[in-house]
Amino acid sequence: MNMQTTMTNKPEKPVHLNPWRRWSWLIWLVLVAGVYTWAITGLHFTGLQESAGSVSKSIVHGLVNPDWAYVYNGSGEDLVSLIIQTLAIALLGTFVSALISVPFAFWAARGEHEWGHLRSGSGKIVLTLIRTFPEIVLAIMFIKAVGPGSYAGVLAVSIHSIGMLGKLFSEAIENMDRGAEEAIVSAGGNSPQVFMLATIPTIMPEFISYTLYRFEIAVRSASILGMVGAGGIGTPMIFAIQTRAWSRVGIILLGIVVMVLLIDTLSEQLRKRLI
Amino acid sequence: MTTPEIPQRSWSQRWHVKGVGWTALLVALLVGSSKMTGVDVGMFFSNFDQFTNLLVRMSQPAWSYVPIIIQPLYETIQMAILGTTIGTVFAVPFAVLAASNLVHNQWLRGIIRLILDLVRTLPDLLLAAIFVAIFGIGSTAGVITLAIFSFGMISKLFYEVIETIDMGPLEAMESVGASKVTIIWYAVLPQIMNQFVSYFLYTLEINVRASTVLGYLGAGGIGVFLQRSLSEFDYNKTAVIILATLVVVMVIDGVSNHLRRVLL
Repeated sequence: MNMQTTMTNKPEKPVHLNPWRRWSWLIWLVLVAGVYTWAITGLHFTGLQESAGSVSKSIVHGLVNPDWAYVYNGSGEDLVSLIIQTLAIALLGTFVSALISVPFAFWAARGEHEWGHLRSGSGKIVLTLIRTFPEIVLAIMFIKAVGPGSYAGVLAVSIHSIGMLGKLFSEAIENMDRGAEEAIVSAGGNSPQVFMLATIPTIMPEFISYTLYRFEIAVRSASILGMVGAGGIGTPMIFAIQTRAWSRVGIILLGIVVMVLLIDTLSEQLRKRLI
Repeated sequence: MTTPEIPQRSWSQRWHVKGVGWTALLVALLVGSSKMTGVDVGMFFSNFDQFTNLLVRMSQPAWSYVPIIIQPLYETIQMAILGTTIGTVFAVPFAVLAASNLVHNQWLRGIIRLILDLVRTLPDLLLAAIFVAIFGIGSTAGVITLAIFSFGMISKLFYEVIETIDMGPLEAMESVGASKVTIIWYAVLPQIMNQFVSYFLYTLEINVRASTVLGYLGAGGIGVFLQRSLSEFDYNKTAVIILATLVVVMVIDGVSNHLRRVLL
């Protein structure tokens, strides 16, 4: 018996059915290079100020020597009061937005029914439109309606957040466990009962968790909405930048950083306990 | 046979202390917030005609404005591409240093993560305002803002990806005495490349959205025109800008979503 122990022929080379595949990396390379050439040549970096160096130096100096007197002076226009106001805008805006988002989420969530695709598709488009509408433009529009101040900020946050919360909520509904709903149906429950006894308790923790997550983002946006006049810490920030009061900018930046870090940590702890 | 014991609810459970407590806290916070922000539902409706007036004017977009805003729209995308790329280049080493499976020095990791956390706290428009003050009005400030913004975001996404890799190939290379750089190149990179590119594209999507408003504070792109139309009360131009932004964002999202699906 002659057993062959060495290979006499090399294995056949793999045949590419599609000859383009071998060269696809080259096409990608050319494409990416093209995009970057377009991007770099399209921008002109001519607007550079000669004072950039000295301005950065004074900014760093201001950041290192913040204006501690601004932290609290009892006028209601100090750092602590305005940070609390910023948090109030974010909290109220997120809460209202969470309430409005629930019907939007049920609209956009894909169900099992045949016609559901049209309904959920239209809901998803509406949510995308809301998400893309710039928040500061919303703020400016609401300032026209209710005047400058934190009320306009609350309205802007509540409407803008629907875009993201509605999307997250609808995905939670699509991925939820249907067991509890089926149990109520098989026990003879009608649809309001199914909704109250099964749907709501099943998705509530996720809804709350997403709302807390959105609150973290709302705190960030509430702190910049003031730049267009919609209340909160953004207003003194933009004034301080425009008047080159860098030690004032320093203390406000510090305040925002501390506020965001605290809120993020708190919200993360709460979310961990929820799910 | 012993009779089964009926589970007893504790005093706090019977009176729903936790639920009542959280509800009371939330209500107190909400009432306090609405006092503080001066929310007045009536005022919104009494001024509703002004708001609808604005909406009516926005519903008649000035289409003749479209050719003027094409160039700034390109600039917006270019800013987003460059900003995201610069941010990514700086994020990669930080992501490697922050990953707990590659760097075992707890202090180094802690400091790097603290820096990343601090960078992520800063909102993009705030950064834009500061960089406009430093570099002057123009797209440079926008690119740098986006670079810092995406640096914070990408470094976190990247180190979380790195922490999920399979350590087998790394250990194999370590056992034959490969250097750190060789290990990263041959054992780490092939495992994470696709996810890196996918997250890069995701950040690019977010940056395109962000870059459309950065110009509001003078940092280049379409936002400059947005600010101009709003301050001149040309709401029909504002509407065109918003619609154009919408189209750009959707096209970029579509391309990026397609690429990400091909990759993963």
